Amino acid sequence: SVIKPIFSFFERAAALLIICTFLSFLYGSRGEVPPKPTPGITVVPPLKPNNEPQAYPDAEKSNLPVFTMDYPRIQIPFEITLWMLLASFAKIGFHVYHKITVWVPESCLLISIGLIVGAIMHSVHEEPPAVLTSNVFFLYMLPPIVFWYAVMGTLWNSIGIGISLFTICQIEAFGVQDINLQENLLFASIISAVDPVAVLGVFEDVSVNEQLYIVVFGECLFNDAVTVVLYNMFSFVADMPVVEPVDVFLGVARFFVVGLGGMGFGILFGFVAAFTTRFTSKVREIEPLFIFMFSYLAYLVSELFAISSIMAIVCCALTMKYYVEENVSQRSCTTIRHVVKMLGSISETLIFFFLGVVTITTEHEWNWAYILFTLLFAFVWRGLGILVLTQIINPFRTISFNLKDQFGMAYGGLRGAISFALAFTLPDTIGRKQLFVTATIVIILFTVFLQGISIRPLIEFINVRRTNRNVDTINVEIHCRLMEHTMAGIEDLCGQWSHFYWKDKFMKFNNRVLRRILIRDNRAESSIVALYKKLELQNAMEILDTVSGDISAAPSIVSLHEDKKESAKPKKKFFAEDLKNMHNILSKNMYKIRQRTVAYTSKYALPNDSQPREILIRRHSSIRRSLRPGSFQSQKYFSLPAGQGLESKFPPVRHSYADEHETMSEVAYPARHSRFGQPKRSASGAMMPLHRLDTLKEVPSVDVLNESEKGSTSRGVSRTNSSYSDSRVPAPNDRRNAPTEAEEEQGEQPSSPPPAWAAEPRDSTPQNPLLRRPKWNPKK
Amino acid sequence: MGSRASTLLREEEIEEIKKETGFSHSQITRLYSRFTSLDKGENGTLREDQVNFRGFMRTLAHFRPVEDNEKNKNPPTTEPLNSRTNKLLFAFRLYDLDRDDKISRDELLQVLRMMVGVNISDEQLGSIADRTIQEADQNGDNCISFQEFMKVLEKVDVEQKMSIRFLH
Repeated sequence: SVIKPIFSFFERAAALLIICTFLSFLYGSRGEVPPKPTPGITVVPPLKPNNEPQAYPDAEKSNLPVFTMDYPRIQIPFEITLWMLLASFAKIGFHVYHKITVWVPESCLLISIGLIVGAIMHSVHEEPPAVLTSNVFFLYMLPPIVFWYAVMGTLWNSIGIGISLFTICQIEAFGVQDINLQENLLFASIISAVDPVAVLGVFEDVSVNEQLYIVVFGECLFNDAVTVVLYNMFSFVADMPVVEPVDVFLGVARFFVVGLGGMGFGILFGFVAAFTTRFTSKVREIEPLFIFMFSYLAYLVSELFAISSIMAIVCCALTMKYYVEENVSQRSCTTIRHVVKMLGSISETLIFFFLGVVTITTEHEWNWAYILFTLLFAFVWRGLGILVLTQIINPFRTISFNLKDQFGMAYGGLRGAISFALAFTLPDTIGRKQLFVTATIVIILFTVFLQGISIRPLIEFINVRRTNRNVDTINVEIHCRLMEHTMAGIEDLCGQWSHFYWKDKFMKFNNRVLRRILIRDNRAESSIVALYKKLELQNAMEILDTVSGDISAAPSIVSLHEDKKESAKPKKKFFAEDLKNMHNILSKNMYKIRQRTVAYTSKYALPNDSQPREILIRRHSSIRRSLRPGSFQSQKYFSLPAGQGLESKFPPVRHSYADEHETMSEVAYPARHSRFGQPKRSASGAMMPLHRLDTLKEVPSVDVLNESEKGSTSRGVSRTNSSYSDSRVPAPNDRRNAPTEAEEEQGEQPSSPPPAWAAEPRDSTPQNPLLRRPKWNPKK
Repeated sequence: MGSRASTLLREEEIEEIKKETGFSHSQITRLYSRFTSLDKGENGTLREDQVNFRGFMRTLAHFRPVEDNEKNKNPPTTEPLNSRTNKLLFAFRLYDLDRDDKISRDELLQVLRMMVGVNISDEQLGSIADRTIQEADQNGDNCISFQEFMKVLEKVDVEQKMSIRFLH
């Protein structure tokens, strides 16, 4: 799905600010004297610069110090760094013991380490890190990361929990009567925010079906925005002695203003960033800077207007992702991605770590009834909420969520960082602040530890519908992928309906206006070569990214290419390792399905690429033709030179050449990710002569062809072929056609050279059509 | 749903299609207007393969979601086009191009090669294909018959994978 990378992008981008907050709360934002949260390791006592031993204490002139230590000077950054390192070491440590991470979510481990450190600090009576202040929180800290479940779920939860708790408070026996409704609602809004980190890690491990994953992911991201808005509202309201109906109405209105305003600002800044990057082609090195600064600016400006900064940053990132990605260089993209991931990871680590520390070191106020009931209600309301909301939305979905999914969603509602931070920033005017803090911490610890650890076995037990990623058999993997491809095609056929009228309109507007303004060198979207280049780059990067996984590791079976198809082969033994290799190979190399919802198909046309359609049709017919006995296809991989249209004028009689050209076009334009982008390989098991492809050399260098025995025939063929080439087509075309004759020769002595991998980089001569901008007229 | 669509598609045809495929009236008219838009040549067929509207609908009918309440109503005499078996048959036919009701190793290799990127050698792909056949083949003919195909996919939620929600 496309949502996930977008969300990870901005969630991490937003989460970077969390780290800043902890740094700043370590040191106070109001200029207080920072208490030193020394880690449990040795602390260097601050030395005064002029602390050298002085022989004559009252001498007026002191000698030049040769060696000094000035701890206070570096104290702040030093301690920040130490904290960060400590948390990161902890993180490394977990992964050394892999078995632990399988069962215990990382957040639990981090909290535990934090608890330990906190205990250490407590026992040596060090002061805990300064408490967050509201300012700090909202200026530096940002909860990561909108929608049906998010908005409504949070509302439902907050209000439900708040009201139930208020009811409980009325019971005298519990001694919490002084908490009024507003405060209860405020508290409820704090604890209804779910945290994605822990639960999604578990979902990944258990590989639940993608729908569930996406919904939970999206919910976690957006409901933080909602939570903060609610929190602000309720804290404002909580301060007021009397609440009148008009206040409630104003509150609702404010909710919308804040939410929509945030989105608006975000989109605005996204556009500005996109526009800026249009001009950065000469200053590639600072492109990432623009991205980060604009996001942060969006955040700050919306804080200025007291509207939802989270929504702002989320929308900013979404907008930027779409437009900016086309403008910035590949390197900048990678940089941004990595920096964001790194910062996000650090901040996650730090948050949970500090949660542990702070737990031990703050004063708690304990009230059995309130806390237990909070736990109970949180659970109950979440379950109810999911149930109700799913019932409402299921009729509108193709794949409805069954009860197991819903259970997964409800149980996966772990609280975490946001609740933690928000609890700390409660204004002191609330009488029972400590109680709230304690209750929040209890809930977080409970959900993270208990639910976090138990969710995995539970999900496996109830057998939530899994993804097919880890299926047992190769068969299933292949067939399922085929079915997905089929579905993508059929969906194209059916097109979109009038429900997407506005989306269509927006997309037209987008193409005509926005993209022209915001994107540099805006070529038409259907520029196949550009797309092809991008796809192959991404493909290659993905492959390179996975260090483990050796794609060239062939299974330990001797290749059994035989001449006759039906000859009785001894059953090959496939070892488990071979199977694993096979799964690896398949999962890495099978083309992914392009996104399901075709973004902007008009009602009356297929998605706007006629070329891939050509390709599909041609491929289909050539497959059928190639199934005729004896027609081999040699492996080809080359791109169509500039100017050559797809419509080949080759009469069908010379069917090999026609196939040739079809293959060419097919190969050159794998169209979208998923379409059949590969040259047809030899269908039969028989050996087929494989030719190395040096397609971009000139015709005279025909002898570059490795197969000397084929050399003569190739030459002959290529000469004949050249008469068929378009005059505009440069020489490479001829060479391409050279290997074709191989198709027609049957029963040749198999001479299997190692297959030439088309993906190998060619001489990047200017003749390489990939590097040239093709000027070609797509013929309809 | 332009007026053009309804004039070219007669009511009795719609009824027939409805019975055969199970689409609703409005869905059929919508799909017809889609068909006509795709049919640039205006000769009543989609190009190349000469698919007429009936064929178009028949194919699409495979992808209707399987409805549970269909079981409650009078059980259809013939299997509806969107039953699990028929969906699987559709997928099977994507492999089996020569229509001999078996997926041979070559056909499998064809499809595999199409689905897979450049970086896989012939040997690797060949052994993947061999493994595929080995897993599925029960009667030892080195081909996958439709029964074997169905058996292999028995745990897979085909009804969900091969369904589109047609709006109406």
